[in-house]
Amino acid sequence: MARIIVDENYCKGCGMCVHACPQKIIALAKERLNKKGYHPAELIDEQRCTGCCSCARMCPDVAITVER
Amino acid sequence: MAVVFSRPHALTDAAFHYCPGCTHGIVHRLVAEAIDELGIEDRAVGVASVGCSVMSYDYFACDMVQAPHGRAPAVATGIKRARPDDIVFTYQGDGDLAAIGTAETVHAATRGENITVIFINNAIYGMTGGQMAPTSLPGQVTQTTPYGRDVKIAGHPIRICEMLSTLDGVALAQRVTVDCVKNVLTAKKAIKKAFENQIEGRGYSIVEVVSTCPTNWGLSPIQALDWLRDNMLPYYPLGVYKDITKEAAEK
Amino acid sequence: MPEKVLMKGNEALAEAAIQAGCRLFFGYPITPQTEVAAYMSKRMPKVGGTYLQAESEVAAINMVLGASAAGARAMTSSSSPGISLKSEGISYIAGSDLPALIINVQRGGPGLGGIQPSQADYWQATRATGHGDFQILVFAPSTVQEMVDLVSDAFDLGDKYRMPAMILADGMLGQMMEPVVLPDHSGKELPEKPWAASGRRGRGTHNIINSLYLTPQELERLTRERFARYDKIKATEQRAEEYLTEDADVVVVAYGASSRIARSAVNMAREKGIRAGLIRPITVWPYPTNAIERAIPTAKAFLCVEMSMGQMVDDVRLTVNGRKPVHFYGRTGGIIPTPAEVLDQIEKIVGGAE
Repeated sequence: MARIIVDENYCKGCGMCVHACPQKIIALAKERLNKKGYHPAELIDEQRCTGCCSCARMCPDVAITVER
Repeated sequence: MAVVFSRPHALTDAAFHYCPGCTHGIVHRLVAEAIDELGIEDRAVGVASVGCSVMSYDYFACDMVQAPHGRAPAVATGIKRARPDDIVFTYQGDGDLAAIGTAETVHAATRGENITVIFINNAIYGMTGGQMAPTSLPGQVTQTTPYGRDVKIAGHPIRICEMLSTLDGVALAQRVTVDCVKNVLTAKKAIKKAFENQIEGRGYSIVEVVSTCPTNWGLSPIQALDWLRDNMLPYYPLGVYKDITKEAAEK
Repeated sequence: MPEKVLMKGNEALAEAAIQAGCRLFFGYPITPQTEVAAYMSKRMPKVGGTYLQAESEVAAINMVLGASAAGARAMTSSSSPGISLKSEGISYIAGSDLPALIINVQRGGPGLGGIQPSQADYWQATRATGHGDFQILVFAPSTVQEMVDLVSDAFDLGDKYRMPAMILADGMLGQMMEPVVLPDHSGKELPEKPWAASGRRGRGTHNIINSLYLTPQELERLTRERFARYDKIKATEQRAEEYLTEDADVVVVAYGASSRIARSAVNMAREKGIRAGLIRPITVWPYPTNAIERAIPTAKAFLCVEMSMGQMVDDVRLTVNGRKPVHFYGRTGGIIPTPAEVLDQIEKIVGGAE
């Protein structure tokens, strides 16, 4: 069991985590904007998250916390 | 569940001002993680250089000094000579390190100044809006090379790690990148080693990080990573150009 | 009774800095101040200090910036063309509210100029040591002993007001030998610098030494704060020597090497029955306006004597502000005026006044 928490105060919706995720279970929330005006990244399928930290390692805004 | 990845302690809570997808942030995190793992936040002093990363003084939680353009190695020298127990690092871009501050860089290196240098090479001037850098590639279109960098007019790009590796004072000269998880992990190891070298008093250590500038390259963050791999890495091959600990082990 | 020793000006400057607790010297050779660096390279290792020959004047001043940012007492030394190179760093040091000692043993300019004594960097020292709205403390010694004494004052006041300080000497003072008494500062503690970026070591927040303020309102506020400090300095730190000025008809104003010539000329004038006096600024920033003001009611005219085409005369005119005539006499290019030349000027003014 694992999951990621994206701190939306930091996220700029760059999509680097989406690209890095081997499970392809992160997406940008196209229907909403964060305070900075970006579509923040979110985990769309928690069941399949392995906690590999690829997203966090590629996040340029250090917005992702990973739990496992 | 346990937290297996979180913001390093050596970063403040401040959100970076960098553009979306800019790899500065990844490198900031790696520097902060190295500081955390080595337990040196309390005696680390960073030198922020002019360019996009100047405001890194707000991001690193250790004491910080902002240097004039290109002068970070000289400022770091002053700090280190005044406080030899401090762990002093500079964080410099390509314009700062390889153009206006070339003399300071070469001489800090050849003196074997016991400092750690993080060098961001993204082949462009970011802060001023995308002009030619000393590391811009032949043919690269920038605001000041609108027809592409013509080496007959603008000269050739400069390969810093190769050049500095010829100097006796250099302990480590390594070129890394942060385009994918595997390379991020290699970059992390190199940066940590550059700090370890200083702790052990080995001399000048430089880690050149081939980086992106999606905004001024006019590419999306993901396209920028592809451009980096396709264009920059052939000109700036990754690898260890000098490592005195390895040389000693081989002897 | 402290012992008098015969020392060359440049070496006395260096020794005085060491006595004042400076343990970091960053420099680059340039005539006519190279003896400062040479002396430091010999002495610093003996007192546990650092002498470092930088790759350039630019690097040297930035090493001073770094050492000062880390809370240390640090200095550099140069002569005119080298000070131009340092001007960027001096601006950043001022903008970062750091203390630092800069010595300028002036030579002729502009450009490579010459290597003989000059006072042609007065404007640079008092008006434009670098870009931006700022001042630095500028001390103008006229003897080797005064150079020694002002070095420790420059360090102390630089620390007190958190700003750069300059000793504005010249090639004559740097190269001449005079007997000096070196001060004994042993037991004197250097001030604490809680603002320094020297490693947190348990401090709750990180210290940032910085000169960048992108918000205009904040930059204006900080600059105004700095200028409020300058006002306090102008009110309290002016220094000048007033010599025979109480009844003087002609008040000569001269600093540094040219003040020595001016003093001889004033003495010669007195022997001839001409009431001449001398105001010798010891600080040229802050400018000793009080001493000038005191002389205005009785003086018939002022005569500014400089080894330049006339730079400090601006400050005399600004202070006198049209209330009395202000004359100028100068030699430049490395030429030192003679007492006879200055006396001639005094006599002309007296003749003209009658």
